[in-house]
Amino acid sequence: MAVVLALGIGLLLAVGVWLVLRPRSFAVVLGLTLISYAVNLFILVSGRIDWVLPPLVFAEADRLTDPLPQALVLTAIVIGFGMTAFLVALALKALAANGDDQLGEGTPQPDNLQPDAPQIDPHTQDDH
Amino acid sequence: MGVWPILPILVPFVAAVLMLLVPGRLKLQQGLALAAVCLSLIAAVRLLAFADTGDIAVYRLGDWPAPFGIVLVVDQLAAMMVMLVFTLGLPALLMAMGGTDTKGQHFHPLFQLQLAGLAGAFLTGDLFNLFVFFEILLLASYALLMQGPDVWARGRVRAGLVYVILNLVGSSLFLIALALIYGTLGTLNLADVAQRLPLVPLEDRALVRTTLALLVSVFVLKAALLPMALWLPRVYARAPASVAALFIILSKVGIIMLLRLVLIGFGDADVAAGLLMPWLPALALATIGFGILGALAARRLVEIVTHLVLVSSGTMLFSIAFATVPSTSALLWYLPQSTLVTAGLFLIAAHIDARRPGLGDRMLRGPSVSGRAWLGPAYLVLAAGAAGMPPLSGFLGKVMLLQTVPSGAWQPFWWGLILASGLGMVIVFARTAGPLFWQSTEMPPAPASEGLSGLAPLTALWLLVAAGPLMVVFARPIADHAAATAHQLHNPATYISSVIGPEAPVRERRP
Repeated sequence: MAVVLALGIGLLLAVGVWLVLRPRSFAVVLGLTLISYAVNLFILVSGRIDWVLPPLVFAEADRLTDPLPQALVLTAIVIGFGMTAFLVALALKALAANGDDQLGEGTPQPDNLQPDAPQIDPHTQDDH
Repeated sequence: MGVWPILPILVPFVAAVLMLLVPGRLKLQQGLALAAVCLSLIAAVRLLAFADTGDIAVYRLGDWPAPFGIVLVVDQLAAMMVMLVFTLGLPALLMAMGGTDTKGQHFHPLFQLQLAGLAGAFLTGDLFNLFVFFEILLLASYALLMQGPDVWARGRVRAGLVYVILNLVGSSLFLIALALIYGTLGTLNLADVAQRLPLVPLEDRALVRTTLALLVSVFVLKAALLPMALWLPRVYARAPASVAALFIILSKVGIIMLLRLVLIGFGDADVAAGLLMPWLPALALATIGFGILGALAARRLVEIVTHLVLVSSGTMLFSIAFATVPSTSALLWYLPQSTLVTAGLFLIAAHIDARRPGLGDRMLRGPSVSGRAWLGPAYLVLAAGAAGMPPLSGFLGKVMLLQTVPSGAWQPFWWGLILASGLGMVIVFARTAGPLFWQSTEMPPAPASEGLSGLAPLTALWLLVAAGPLMVVFARPIADHAAATAHQLHNPATYISSVIGPEAPVRERRP
């Protein structure tokens, strides 16, 4: 159980980090979402991995699980959700303002312009 | 102490909620905002007066005892920083009333939430609660950043996107560090962390050390230490002046939290020994150098000021690395004066921008700024304060910082770079004054642009201009307070016993 969880968290985090390093805001938003999944799982297991234990005082239970990480992860999920929503709105605004979803400063990348590539008229494209 | 400790958080928060009930009614919102800032300022003065007695007030939320519930802790450092937040908040608010607050519908609620987040971050004694307040102030700052003049809209959206992404990554690191702290130490209360660090079992030591390193990197990201400092000038230069002035204290949150963590959390525990050496002083020096070079290369006054923020961050982080009682008290003197002077420079850059049609605050040859008879002296006072020229507050701060440097290999670099940064700043400000104030006098009297109108922005500027000289006049009481604060911070036992109580609570050993 612990190994599977550890591998899963590690995989989510690795993919998330790789996506965050992409130069486009769409990939970065996905990456941050994956990172926040990994982080939320990580917070949850900081209260030790346990099986069907109640988090509250319960007369028939012989052991209780630690309720604090569950409260923490709830807070983290809510905050992460709000942040991601704001980031998506901002990325859309940047897309509208700049015409592409490139991140960072400066002029559009030259490989996007492709001055030598043959121009395809979007209206005639469907005929082929 | 009663409910006083929570008022600096609660008053702006309630004001923000009330403002949301009256959307679009700007005058009413402005009145509420002013009232909230003034009330919070009164609460901050009350807290400062209490903290000056040397006692530490602990406010338990929901009256849960300390390591289990969340506490707000009013020690001298927290009281001083809350005071600084609202001392800066008042001129920033007045500046915003000159027209920034008409750009977006919710400027004033966001501004109040930002103040509440800042006050909470300085007051809280719980690390997870600190994360929550961090997020409150960051979310407010993301939205406030977007409320500037329309001419910069495109660049601002790009800079804002990078800022948000960077801070989200920082928040994820923060959460990982918090989960590790809870997993290894079983607590998130700073005082309890300090108690448990020396008792970490041998097999957990590597993990705890990694955790502390993660936490330190999150704080230096917020404070803009060099490899992670490149975002700050871009973002702050694009923000409206009132917001940029408030953002200065955002970068100080990281510095103060690092100071608290190093002095109270780490204490003398050997699991944390040598964690900051030698990379923190080296990177801090590099940050100072980068800030000066950036200021020399800048083409607008506001860009110069953003690089000054980096110089002051580097200066403070360096003295945290060698935390001794004199260096901490020098740091605590330097921090408020540097914050207020830099904020004043942001405001004056905006005033110049509004009064120099076509050129703004760019360092281009052309007509000088209108109203230079009074803007000039204000600029002189602020620039002299920022460069650390003798009669003003910046000079005293630099002398204290120079005196407290540890003798040894670091001393020549530190002295050299601090003195060189002073020289660099003098050159930068003199060079800037040329095109802005001394060029041709023929200039049609231009009305202030739409960015600034009314008396409030001028009042804001003069309040901040007056801060530097006032800090020299009252240098002795302020320096005494800084010294007392440093003593209190370097004796974490008082803090811990005030928060936890005389005997530590009994807890089960975790599986």
